Amino acid sequence: MAIVETRKIKKRFGESFAVNGVDLATKEGEFLVLLGPSGCGKTTLLRMIAGLEKQSSGDILIGGLLVNDLPPRARKIAMVFQSYALYPHMSVAENIAFPLKAQGVKRSEIPVMVDRAASMFSIKGLLDRKPRQLSGGERQRVALARAMVRNPDVFLLDEPLSNLDAKLRTMARDELQQFQRRLGTTTIYVTHDQVEAMGLGDRIAVMSQGKVRQLGPPQEVYFNPADTFVAGFLGSPPMNFFTQDNVIAGFRPEQFLPKEVYQGVQEPMLTVWFQVDRVENLGAGRLLYGRLRDMFQNEKVIVNLPSTLHLHVQPGASYEFAIKEQDVKYFDRATGNRVKPAPFWKRG
Amino acid sequence: MSTAAETAARPNARPRRRRIADDEAWLGRLMLAPAVIYILALVGFPFFLALIYSVSSITVGSTDFHFVGLENYRQALDNPTFLRALRNTFIFALISQALVLTLATILAIALQKDFPGKWFVRLLILLPWVAPISLGTIGWLWIFEPIYSVINWTLRSIGIFGPHTWPIWLGQPRLAMASVITVHVWRLLPLATIILLGGLSSIPQDIHDAAQIDGANFLRHHFQITVPLIRPILLVALMFGMIFAVTDMIVIYVLTRGGPYDQTQVLATLAFFTGIDGGDLAGGASIALFLFPVLAAGAIVLLRLARRSEVG
Repeated sequence: MAIVETRKIKKRFGESFAVNGVDLATKEGEFLVLLGPSGCGKTTLLRMIAGLEKQSSGDILIGGLLVNDLPPRARKIAMVFQSYALYPHMSVAENIAFPLKAQGVKRSEIPVMVDRAASMFSIKGLLDRKPRQLSGGERQRVALARAMVRNPDVFLLDEPLSNLDAKLRTMARDELQQFQRRLGTTTIYVTHDQVEAMGLGDRIAVMSQGKVRQLGPPQEVYFNPADTFVAGFLGSPPMNFFTQDNVIAGFRPEQFLPKEVYQGVQEPMLTVWFQVDRVENLGAGRLLYGRLRDMFQNEKVIVNLPSTLHLHVQPGASYEFAIKEQDVKYFDRATGNRVKPAPFWKRG
Repeated sequence: MSTAAETAARPNARPRRRRIADDEAWLGRLMLAPAVIYILALVGFPFFLALIYSVSSITVGSTDFHFVGLENYRQALDNPTFLRALRNTFIFALISQALVLTLATILAIALQKDFPGKWFVRLLILLPWVAPISLGTIGWLWIFEPIYSVINWTLRSIGIFGPHTWPIWLGQPRLAMASVITVHVWRLLPLATIILLGGLSSIPQDIHDAAQIDGANFLRHHFQITVPLIRPILLVALMFGMIFAVTDMIVIYVLTRGGPYDQTQVLATLAFFTGIDGGDLAGGASIALFLFPVLAAGAIVLLRLARRSEVG
């Protein structure tokens, strides 16, 4: 176990910065997720922590030790790659044993350790197979076993679930979290999938254009976004935005609901007439595409109604909708950063 | 009647003349024909002619066919020059291939990295392959010249040899073999390097990254990851190299003509001197074909190995 820390770390490729000044520190044994769209620098950041890429400037510390000039093998890390990067010419057992041999673990101890790792990931029956004889899910387990067999201080995972089909991914996500909890190893996990990030992370670092836009627990980055990028990146459908004066207001599609739903709620509410243009029935819920009436100049918004809400919705008709005042977030129009509430919305 | 009915059924029917461009069966044969004719006429025919010659008593002066069975092969085995050439062929092929593969692997790994002036180094390495063999070898003939050329000048001027003693590269038995091997390695190195570069670039970067993360040092990374993964291609390069080494005669013909005292005589040159220069077509053919079964078997074994070690 160890704390990973980056200080003002930058990586320059030609004229542009893939990572542009990231200060990040994990907690002991934490599951930290780096989340962002492709090209945001999350993988580059992970590869710099691993030592596969040399930073242009800034420091990296692992367990309090400055590792800037240490090769990957001296950093006590393990990494799982998106492609799993299993050695195709070696059997599963040889793959798992490879890092042990490379670190000079005693020959007599290796089979015991390989066996323990294999049973942890339920792949004991596959030890004699070659990687090409395994399914995607089995390969992923072998890659995890190979990573954890040497008891690393830090796990680095680069989109390890993205090559699995959707069904397997949900299961693997659950298992992954269990293993991490059991081992208590500090883990940095790179993904572009917000569901994975929300489900796995103790904290999420949302990245864009080489910078960390917000770092916090999943609930916080979701419900309390630091800027319009974070607000717009998380959530499906993302946060609704509309501009008034110099302020952008935003709210989550699932928090803007028919007024009746909020009956009896004591908190201050905002109500507004909502005209429905189109309804998408997705099974688990309904998406209502429509416009805000009254003072809102037909701002287009999307509303997410849960399937438990048996409201009859007619396209073309208007309904009175409401939202808790505190659920509306305000952002500076120029910078996109969060600002204090601007009370332009009429009280209900 | 029936014609009328058919026409009615297909109003736009033209008379169906099958054009060769629409006939895949015949078109395929037509396009394969040049290759097939070339192989039959210029490879197959001479090969069978040589097979027939090698079991006859044909010479340049007497072209009547008399079947003598394996007599030519038996005579060859009784001939000390032949046995020496056989031995030399193996020495020449094995040592040059060991050198080529080792050097080509090193070069290919070096050329995978990015460094300033890489294009220039690549160009230099490729040059021996694009130079005509005979001209390149004549160049080496001059370089090896003991009194008037560059190697001995250099060695004398830096004091390795005294002013009046120097090696005669192509005239002393061991040195002559070393010299022809050197030139052969120089010539085959580009091909092997390019083949291995292809093999190296087919290994995904993730595998190299994983090996680094897993703590492999340079030697372990190289011998347990890189080499096993390019082994199929190494074996193909080895096969080509062995066949080139065993069948090529130009380097030796130009540099030493098999001398001194047959010390660099190999089967290819001996077959030429016996069959063409000496006029003993049957004897030459049997020497040339002597290694055919060995080479064919070797090629089959190597290809099998390459396929088995293929990984996916």
